[in-house]
Amino acid sequence: MKYTFLLLLAALPLPAKDSCLECHSQLEGDFQAPALAFRKSVHLQHGFTCADCHGGDPNADDPQAAMSKAHGFIGVPPRTAIPKLCARCHSDPNIMRKYNPSERVDQYAEYQTSVHGQRLAKGDTAVAACTDCHGVHDIRAVRDPLSPVYPLNLPATCAHCHANAAHMAPYKIPTDQYANYLKSVHWAELSKRGDLSAPTCATCHGNHGAKPPAVASVAAVCGTCHVFEEQLFDKSPHAPVFSAMSTGACVVCHSNHAILKTSDQMLGGQNAVCRQCHETDSAGGQTAARMAGLIQDLQNRIVAANDLLEKARSSGMEVSEAILRQTDARQSLVKARANVHAFAVAEVNTPIQQGLAIATEDYRAGQAAMKERNVRRAGLAVSLVAILVTMAGLWLIIRRLHRSRA
Amino acid sequence: MPEPRRNFIFWIFGGGFIGSLISFLYPVVRFLNPPAVAEASVNEVTDGKVQDLAPNSGKIIKFGTQPVLLIRVAQAEWRAFSAVCTHLGCIVQYDSARRIIWCACHNGQYDLNGKVISGPPPAPLTEYTVHLRDDQVVISRT
Amino acid sequence: MHPIEPRDRGKAVAAWFQDRLAWDSVREFIAHKTVPVHSGTIWYAFGGITLFLFVIQVITGILLLVYYRPTPAEAYESVQFIMTRVAFGWLIRSIHSWSANLMILSAFVHMFSVAFLHAYRKPRELVWLSGVVLLALALAFGFSGYLLPWNTISFFATKVGTDMVTFVPWIGTTLGRYVRGGDAVGGATLTRFFGFHVAVLPALTSLFLLFHLGLIQKFGISTPPWVKKRARADAAKPAEMPFFPDFFLHELMVWYGTLGLLGVLAAVFPWELGDKANAFASAPAGIRPEWYFLAPFYTLKLIPGHVLGIEGETAGLLGFGLLAVWWAALPFWGARPDGTVRSKLVTGAAVAFLAYLSTFSLLGYLR
Repeated sequence: MKYTFLLLLAALPLPAKDSCLECHSQLEGDFQAPALAFRKSVHLQHGFTCADCHGGDPNADDPQAAMSKAHGFIGVPPRTAIPKLCARCHSDPNIMRKYNPSERVDQYAEYQTSVHGQRLAKGDTAVAACTDCHGVHDIRAVRDPLSPVYPLNLPATCAHCHANAAHMAPYKIPTDQYANYLKSVHWAELSKRGDLSAPTCATCHGNHGAKPPAVASVAAVCGTCHVFEEQLFDKSPHAPVFSAMSTGACVVCHSNHAILKTSDQMLGGQNAVCRQCHETDSAGGQTAARMAGLIQDLQNRIVAANDLLEKARSSGMEVSEAILRQTDARQSLVKARANVHAFAVAEVNTPIQQGLAIATEDYRAGQAAMKERNVRRAGLAVSLVAILVTMAGLWLIIRRLHRSRA
Repeated sequence: MPEPRRNFIFWIFGGGFIGSLISFLYPVVRFLNPPAVAEASVNEVTDGKVQDLAPNSGKIIKFGTQPVLLIRVAQAEWRAFSAVCTHLGCIVQYDSARRIIWCACHNGQYDLNGKVISGPPPAPLTEYTVHLRDDQVVISRT
Repeated sequence: MHPIEPRDRGKAVAAWFQDRLAWDSVREFIAHKTVPVHSGTIWYAFGGITLFLFVIQVITGILLLVYYRPTPAEAYESVQFIMTRVAFGWLIRSIHSWSANLMILSAFVHMFSVAFLHAYRKPRELVWLSGVVLLALALAFGFSGYLLPWNTISFFATKVGTDMVTFVPWIGTTLGRYVRGGDAVGGATLTRFFGFHVAVLPALTSLFLLFHLGLIQKFGISTPPWVKKRARADAAKPAEMPFFPDFFLHELMVWYGTLGLLGVLAAVFPWELGDKANAFASAPAGIRPEWYFLAPFYTLKLIPGHVLGIEGETAGLLGFGLLAVWWAALPFWGARPDGTVRSKLVTGAAVAFLAYLSTFSLLGYLR
């Protein structure tokens, strides 16, 4: 037996002797699984052994000696002890500096402020600890696409518990967040466009210090990316009103998890969000209608100019300058839509007027191009007439020639 | 009656022929006439006078078919970058208070070397070279 | 001094030139040149159409030269300049592009009509051979000219085309470097192709054209064998018409019609410019060469990776080379030494070749 192990040792690419790994790799079922999983672990790559977490003697081949309490063996740690166990290294800058000097060391401190941490401290073992999100034995780096906390995988990891109705029953919080999030434009950006900067659960809720943002801070959280909208909202009449509501700020109109791609319909359509509170003929309702109308006007003017310019371009006319100027008009439209968050017609009107001026100018450029196209076709007709007359003349000459010969 | 018919054919053919020749030669002659803008140059764009842009300010100019952000960082220091944000294509602007290039769409931030310092953009902004010729500002591709 | 009559004045001028150019023999020759008249006479026009379109290419090409700049930094921009800022630049450029395609099409029609009318037989074998060379030169014109606007489609089409060259056995890589001016398509390629397109190819084409046309003048337009046979049976001469003015007037009509067609194409279906080439971008999906290269392009797509131990592309190129040699040697296997033709063999082979080219071009376009 011993010699087999030594041979195995010679074959395995382990930096240091790890008898736990050697032995458990030979076993079956649940005794073998951790050993196999550990092979993919970032800890193994950095030279850690099983004993670094579980205690025991990795140099001893005898199971009794390897797993003896005298050598610090703790077996499977209880859930409530896991965070402190991980923090032994991950909160110690002197240790972490050896492997990744720029890695943070405050995860444990943050965790203790989170709902998960606070409940775990009170003995609730159903909440998430480090191993529930990061994996147990096959822990990969966060930037590894196979890690459960890689941005693309993170929502599913949170949903493991938070979308499980049976699991969440005692906590009396909804379990539809994941399903809603999958409908959102943020998830679409992440999964379809591969934009890793798009928000996941951790972006808004925090990862280790996970807690829903307080109602008062929702706007600030959204405003880390959507800066303009937050600034305008804070100065708008909606700010004090919304903060008095249970959901707060942005969530009132945009929802918290099922944040759909915005559309002008939200402002002026049949199911406009404004109608949740404002009657159509009220001051607020009219403001909404006016803003929607302005935006629709500019949208229409831009589309009309685009269509005409495309028609001109495909007829061979040179309209690239006007087509480029259209981006300015679109910028104005984007700005106007952002300015809706001021909830005042004047704020929306300014960029709209700028955009209308540009789109009108581009439309005129399209008309000029089409006119030039018609001029070209007229010129072609003139030359074709001359050509046809010449051909007719030639034909007459040929005919006369044949007649005179016959 | 040979004579009148001959004249008729002569006029048809001759008139058509001369007319068609004119319709061929007219475009050629006008083609060879140099146009008002004598050259096709979009390797380089002249923006205007040095005085037109104050220190610590920026503006968007057209470089051929692309927008370029021209920044006068200091009295004698100029920078120019592609104005198209590398995240989702919005047009960036110069933030003179923070002295950075900022994208209003999702708060992307670039430093004055075009490198991303914060926010979603995945790549830096392409840089253009700025020269001063007499008192003209000339932007060209690097 | 009595005033000279107009008619006498004309004669005096002609006599002045005759003394200094000795061109009476030329006028005699033209006056006696004839063209056979039969059901296939119309096909005789296509050689002239090809020549006419070549002249159009030279004229519009020289005009474009006035504004075009052959460097990667300026080529695209100069063509855009021509299309947008130069008066009638759009017309000259579109005519040049359309006429190039029509010229190559006309050359193919001319070539196949010569095959079907068996005009390649003795003593005109060299006319056929020089014609095949002229077709190759026309295709080279098309390939080199295609790159000059330096847009996405032309850059990648050239890349694919020059990559094919490297599959020639033994000398492939060197040949590729010669054609491209380096290991990849770039500014050196553009300069080289420009030099080919405006200097080397026109010079070679002029030489071969003079040879081709000179021989045709010497031996006259060929009468198809069956027309000669029928005439012999009727104990009469095959029907003919004078070249000047009859056939020439017909040709003039056809040329004018071609001009009208070019105008319509240029004004109603202008040639696109697309986007400037970006060497670092990936090739657009569905990239394919111009129509006259589609048949070999599609054939190469169908050939498996390896054929009998040699690479697929090399096998394909060898195949095309053999096909070209076989077709060029048509006068030798298509006619017997005594001048009689193997009509059925040649007609069958020409139909097969034409069918292959048409079908595979169509498939290459659709797939």
